[in-house]
Amino acid sequence: MRIDQQMAKRLIKPNTRVLDLGCGDGDMLAHLQKQYGITGYGIEIDPDKITTAVARGLNIIEQDLNDGLTQFDDGSFDTVIMAQALQAVNEPDKLLLDMLRVAKQAVITFPNFAHWRNRYYLGIKGRMPVSDVLPHQWYDTPNIHLCTFKDFNQLCRQHGIRIIKRYGVDNAQAGSLLTKHVPNLFAEVAIYQIEKR
Amino acid sequence: MTILNTLENTSDKKQTNAKRRFDGSVGIVTPQLLRFEQHITLECNRTLKGFDLMVETYGTLNADKSNAILICHALSSNHHAAGFHSENDKKAGWWDNLIGPNKAIDTNQFYVVCLNNLGGCAGSTGPTCINPDNQKPYGPDFPMVTVRDWVNSQAMLADRLGIDCWYAVVGGSLGGMQAQQWAVDYPERLKHCVIIASTPKLTAQNIAFNEVARQSILSDPDFFAGRYLEKDTAPKRGLVLARMVGHLTYLTEDAMKQKFGRDLKSDKFMYGYDVEFQVESYLRYQGTRFSEHFDANTYLIMTKALDYFDPARDYHNDLQQAFAKAKDVRFLVVSFTTDWRFAPERSQDIVNALVKNNQSVSYINVEAPQGHDSFLFAIPRYLQTVKAFLAYDVHLTASPSSNLGGQA
Repeated sequence: MRIDQQMAKRLIKPNTRVLDLGCGDGDMLAHLQKQYGITGYGIEIDPDKITTAVARGLNIIEQDLNDGLTQFDDGSFDTVIMAQALQAVNEPDKLLLDMLRVAKQAVITFPNFAHWRNRYYLGIKGRMPVSDVLPHQWYDTPNIHLCTFKDFNQLCRQHGIRIIKRYGVDNAQAGSLLTKHVPNLFAEVAIYQIEKR
Repeated sequence: MTILNTLENTSDKKQTNAKRRFDGSVGIVTPQLLRFEQHITLECNRTLKGFDLMVETYGTLNADKSNAILICHALSSNHHAAGFHSENDKKAGWWDNLIGPNKAIDTNQFYVVCLNNLGGCAGSTGPTCINPDNQKPYGPDFPMVTVRDWVNSQAMLADRLGIDCWYAVVGGSLGGMQAQQWAVDYPERLKHCVIIASTPKLTAQNIAFNEVARQSILSDPDFFAGRYLEKDTAPKRGLVLARMVGHLTYLTEDAMKQKFGRDLKSDKFMYGYDVEFQVESYLRYQGTRFSEHFDANTYLIMTKALDYFDPARDYHNDLQQAFAKAKDVRFLVVSFTTDWRFAPERSQDIVNALVKNNQSVSYINVEAPQGHDSFLFAIPRYLQTVKAFLAYDVHLTASPSSNLGGQA
């Protein structure tokens, strides 16, 4: 499991209902189900990942996140998780609000575009950043809506979203002092636990 | 596998070829006719005093009878879902792409049961059978049967086979409707429900196409109000037309464009009404072939069963309520991107109802060019997902038999 997923799972209470958006091959969902008695669904669009997740006995629904979550009733989940998918959807702000409609809280992780390595790529080398977290070239990246801690904070403020907890992680050193205190510069990945105010 | 071994031991070239052809299939299978003496009262309020079901099985039922899978057939198919009926049999069963050793519905693991539905024309009691009341073929006097009636008769078959609970009920198209009806009417008698290229009810357009098909048959002068068998004839022209229009709805514009385009049989226009375009030739061939082995009254009944299917109707038109009792059933719903007969949105209606009930469901929308017919094809992703879904908790049931036989 990726480090952001490991962190994110701590924010989910046992025996609750979870919707995992962009669940991939169901790594986290399988873990949550087995260890914490979580029930719920994963949403994914990649055919091979869906097959793997179904083989794990998970409930997976093939759907494009850009189509929204209209089929889910208000408050039908305790938590909606979205790990590293927000930056790849057409309208992140609308999806965010939809997530907080179908669940009491949302746990979101995304690559922090203001990480120092990205700044170095862009500021010094003058190139679009490529890293473990952002492995694609500019022309083939699915990440069309990249943002930073500060950007996300502002979006939450604008939409009356309360930030319950916020973490920054670095693939090398999760939760170091620098990522904790200066996340916008030192955290590669952002993890937010949010709810509607 | 005993059959294949036997074939392997013979030097007859023809049989070796047959063996090669049977590789990966359940081999040669023999259907059996089961007689049911019980009465069955149908939704139309009429009663059949006993009936026959033509049944085919593959694989071996395990000791605690927990590995049985019921296959439900679609509009024009029958009990012959997999394998071959003889060494010279040219075509395998209609779902041979899915059913067989190590296939998606793995006969090494599961005991697979498929039957010709009541009202059919492949051996089960239907309009072509003799009516015991007057010793004439039933013809139009055969009662209208519905998806629910079929499921009830399938439950009687399960009783006969000693199967309290199916490991899975699986069906495509009209077969998927039967799988749904199982979950609605007998939720405690199935563990998995696989609904493929189906819909929770027909749209007005679907019913309209069925009506065109029915009118083609009903208006054929050889129909004789359904008593054509007594006159030793059949409304073949009507059946050809019915099948032609039906067949059209199974294909897609793209697939037809690719397969036929505007190709002509000869190079020039003939300025007449004989077959000129390849697509005409294909459709006529499909229709004609179908009309030679299918019964018109059965076709009428099957299309009405499609039209009537609407399990939500008994639950205040609420599909969610209809499925509510099936809380222990795990569902897999499969649709195909180019299916416009039963579009992916109809499968999503089923998924949404299940999700609202917090029921266990997975859904895939498989990219495939074959339209509604996709469910019959060996599309890798489709087969892999069905296999993965069925294999997941097979270990939770008793150990499967080691017998790899594939005979009814």
